[in-house]
Order: sequence, then structure tokens, then C-alpha cells
Amino acid sequence: MSFKDETVTGYKSYMRNKLYIGAVLVLALTVTIIFSIKVGAANLSVYEILNGLVNSQAAGASIIWNIRIPRILAAIIAGCCMGIEGCIMQNVLRNPLASPYTMGISQGAAFGAAFAIIVLGAGALNSTQADAVIVNNPYLTVFAAFLGAMIGVSIVLLIARVRSVTPEAMILAGVAMSAMFTAGTMFLQYFASDTQVAATVFWTFGDVGRAVWSDVWIMFILLIPALAYFMYHAWDYNSLEIGEETAKGLGVNTDRIRLHGMLISSFTSAVTVAFLGVIGFVGLIAPHIMRRIIGTDHRFLIPTSAILGALILLVSDTVARAILAPIVLPVGIITSFLGAPLFFYIIMKMGR
Amino acid sequence: MVLSVDKVEFSYGKANILKDINFKVKKGDFVSILGVNGSGKSTLMKCINRILKFKEGMIFVEERDVREMKEIEIARKMGYVPQRSETGFITVFDAVLLGRKPYIKWDVSSKDIELTEEILKVMNLEEYALRYINELSGGEMQKVVIARALVQQPRILLLDEPTSDLDLKNQLEVMKLIKEVSCAQNIASIVVMHDINLALRYSDKFIVLKDGQVFTSGGREVITPELIKEAYGVDVHIKTFEGVPLVIPKSQ
Repeated sequence: MSFKDETVTGYKSYMRNKLYIGAVLVLALTVTIIFSIKVGAANLSVYEILNGLVNSQAAGASIIWNIRIPRILAAIIAGCCMGIEGCIMQNVLRNPLASPYTMGISQGAAFGAAFAIIVLGAGALNSTQADAVIVNNPYLTVFAAFLGAMIGVSIVLLIARVRSVTPEAMILAGVAMSAMFTAGTMFLQYFASDTQVAATVFWTFGDVGRAVWSDVWIMFILLIPALAYFMYHAWDYNSLEIGEETAKGLGVNTDRIRLHGMLISSFTSAVTVAFLGVIGFVGLIAPHIMRRIIGTDHRFLIPTSAILGALILLVSDTVARAILAPIVLPVGIITSFLGAPLFFYIIMKMGR
Repeated sequence: MVLSVDKVEFSYGKANILKDINFKVKKGDFVSILGVNGSGKSTLMKCINRILKFKEGMIFVEERDVREMKEIEIARKMGYVPQRSETGFITVFDAVLLGRKPYIKWDVSSKDIELTEEILKVMNLEEYALRYINELSGGEMQKVVIARALVQQPRILLLDEPTSDLDLKNQLEVMKLIKEVSCAQNIASIVVMHDINLALRYSDKFIVLKDGQVFTSGGREVITPELIKEAYGVDVHIKTFEGVPLVIPKSQ
């Protein structure tokens, strides 16, 4: 074998290793899915689960298909979205802190939901149990949350487009926007009744259990074209990674890539936050972990961040259901609880 | 003519950075752009490949107006190496392969892989192929970014101070490589240089900028003590040693 071939074979086996890492992640996700179907208030045996999956008349079938599967799929799809959104935002804004949370999307959604519940009277507390709080008009709340999220980020992007500001300025504008929305939400809550305040607070506790089949489908139908778009532009993101000017020299329209990347990831993010509430940290942490493991090649980074996001969210939700059973915690609490120490660990272990 | 620059003007807001820039470059030319800091050298480089959009004048690359070319077409004609490039957690092979970006649709082809491999060999980077670029020394990194520009298969290479962070050995090596490769592939190289002696050693054409204008241009003969005094404000001797002119600042 000639010297020339050695370099290429070496490179190809290096590429294959990245695929193996992806395969391990998929395997881990599969195991978690099986485990997650089993965990829950109704204690189903493995036989009942298998039977319920294939036979819709079986005893556990309705619990599995109406409660656990939509919940699991919502966690997987939303987790994928968050992993991808964080990955793209961190790349195009050239900032390790970029995520839907830092761009004010979550806060915008919370403001929208609060507006719907308090001003438009879409929600009230009608039982003492956590799950039963809310929401006379869930569609209105979801829609208002989506609008709130999109309005905030649109203003930031519009400023960026008109004044062609730097990525740093976009982050700062996002932070300013979140502060404004938080203040707006507090203003509304100050004049609201106790029950309304409780409903808005409960809304912000992100919970994948809220998702019904139609929500799952909508999120899935948005995820696919977004993922395709991002994968098609993987090499553009790779170019941005080595510097704005080099990327331009390689023929990348960096302003357009940045704007479109932000627009699409903000849109999917607005949809998930509107359906599920605020779930922090997944979008921030999943791409960081994958970047440490497989590097910044976006051909691999985008899909593996997605799978890892799904894995983190599903594990967190399974923990949320099991840890204080029969009480089911909102998953947003768990992701931040698990995510922050894990993040500290990675930072200390990997340095820099 | 592979490149002709015709009456180009550029300004940031009211500040006029480039005024009435004219020059032509032939295939295989090795052109050094000289001048003090702030004389407009980097701005000129960015205007040539349309990273900066000049308003007045025209630039033609192989008889085509750059203003009518798409970004990707420009990237297939010109390889650009900026003053600074960021490192990252990617291998040398991937970092060079990225130079195929103007040709990639969904993913790289086997031709892209082959060309990358060839350039790595030419630049003596084969043994580094699977090293991460954030582990490289300044000299190695500079070779990687030049390799990336070459794998674009450009007609023109634009290098902004390619030797400024390098030690003596690497300075000579990088300049020699650029000269050899551009000769072998008949590429025109346009290089912003601070080290006049290094420029004199390797270049055959010089463009000296002063206050955003072409102060003078031509072969080695244009580099005279009077020119250096005018363009840099420094008194120098110019002595020829081993056939190469040497610029030596006068002692105070």
C-alpha cells in the first residue's frame, strides 16, 4: 500500500469512529425508550407492555398508546430540536452561551402564555393537583406563547438585518429582550389574581406530559425539514467555525447563513416551548458534550447533538416520573438539576 | 491578464480607505503589496475578492467582472488567507478539505478527498493529517491555511501577511512553498508583506501603497532608498547581497 493511501484510509477510519459514536447514542436512546415505557404509575410488566404495543385491545394498550408513547415521543422530538437549536445558534453566533434561552425565546413564550392566561382569561387553577392546573383554553395559550417567542427573536433578527450588527451584539440584544419579557411577565402577574399567577407559573414549568398526539405530529413535521436544511448547510457551519473572513473567502454568505440558521432554529424552538413550556439546559449542554467528544465537524455534530438532546430529555423525564412517584415532576426542573452539575463536571474535566 | 484592478475606490462611511487603485496581474506573477500599517493593504485584498463591496471602479478576474460573480464563483477563482484564522477541534485533513467548500453540494466527493491528500503531500503535512489544528504550532497552522486556499484550485492566491507570526525558518519555508506551488500551478499570488527583505527575496512585482493610493509599482528596481523614505518615512541603504537587494535601515 502506498503512502498516499495510508493518509486516506486513516482519515476514513477516523470518520467511521464518529459513526460508531452515533450508533452508541442510538442504542442508548433505544434502551431508554424501553425502560421509559415501563416506568409509571400503572405498574405494567414487560409482557403487558409488549402485548399492549401490538394489541390495541390488551389491558395496558390505552395507557401505553395514549399516555406513555406520546410523552416519550414528545421528549425525543423536543430533545432533538433543542440539541440542534443549541448547536446551530452556538455556531452562527460564535458564542458558547447561545441557546433559545439566552436569545429570549423562552422568556418571550412565557410572556405570551402569561398574557393569554391573565389578560385573555385563558387559564385558571381548577384543582390542587399539579397536572390539573390550567388552562381553559390551551390552544390560545399555546398560540400566544408561540407569538411571544417569535416576536422577541424577530425583533433581534430585524435589528441584526437592518443594522448588520455583529453576532455579539445579537446575543446582547437577546439578553435585553429576555429581561424585557421577564419584566413584562412580572408586571402582568402583579395585577393578576392568585389563581392566574399560579397558572402562569405552572405553565413555565416545562413538561413533556402536556403533549398530545397532534402536538407530537406538529413538532415532528417541523423537525424534519429543519434538520434537512441544517444538514445541507453543514459545510457552511464548518466554515464559520474557522472564522468569519475565511468562511467568506470560501464563498459562504455568512450573513445569510446566520440569519436563516437563527430564523429556523428560533421557529422550531418557539413551537416546542409553546407546546411544552420552558425546558432549560438541554439545548445548551447537548452540543457542548458532543463537541468535546466528536469535534466541530457539523456533518456529525448536528445529528449527534440531536440524538443526545433526545437522550438527555428522555432520561430526565423518566427520572422525573420515577424519583418521587407517584408525583410526576415537570421535566424542566430535572434538566436544570441534572444539567448544571454535569456541565460543571465537563468544564473541569476538559479544561479551557 | 488574470486580474485587473481599475480605478477602485473604497470607503468606510466618510473615511476614504482606497483611492483610484489601478494595477494588473499576470498568471504566475508573485506580487508583494507593501506599505505602512493603515495604508489600505488588507482592505485592498478584501475588495479584490468582494468580501468588502467597493462602490467605484472595476475588478476583472480572467476578464469577468467580480461584481457579477456569485460568492461561490469567486471562491473557485480566488483563495484567500486572512491575517488571522481561528483554530478549532477539527483535524488537519478536515481543515484542508474545507477548502473544497465552493465545490461541495451535500457532501464531499472522492475527488475532493484525493485533491486534499495531494495538497497535504505537497505541503509536507501528511504526517499531521489526523492531528487537531488547535494542537499545531504557528508555522504548521500557516501551512494548513495555505493548503486550504490551494485546494480551492484558485487562479489567484490572496495572502494577508502569511509570515507575520512565523520564525525565520518557517518564514523562508512558507514563502518558498508559495513560490513553488504558484509557479507549478501557474497561479498568481498577491501577498501583503511587512518584511520588505523577504518580499524582495521571493517576489517579482511590487505594489507600494501610501494613504490608500498606489504610490508606485513595478519590479525590484522600483524599491529605492527614496521610495522607502517616502512610503515608510525611514532612511535606508539598499545593498545587493548574493544577487538579492537588501534593505538596511540607517543607524540613527
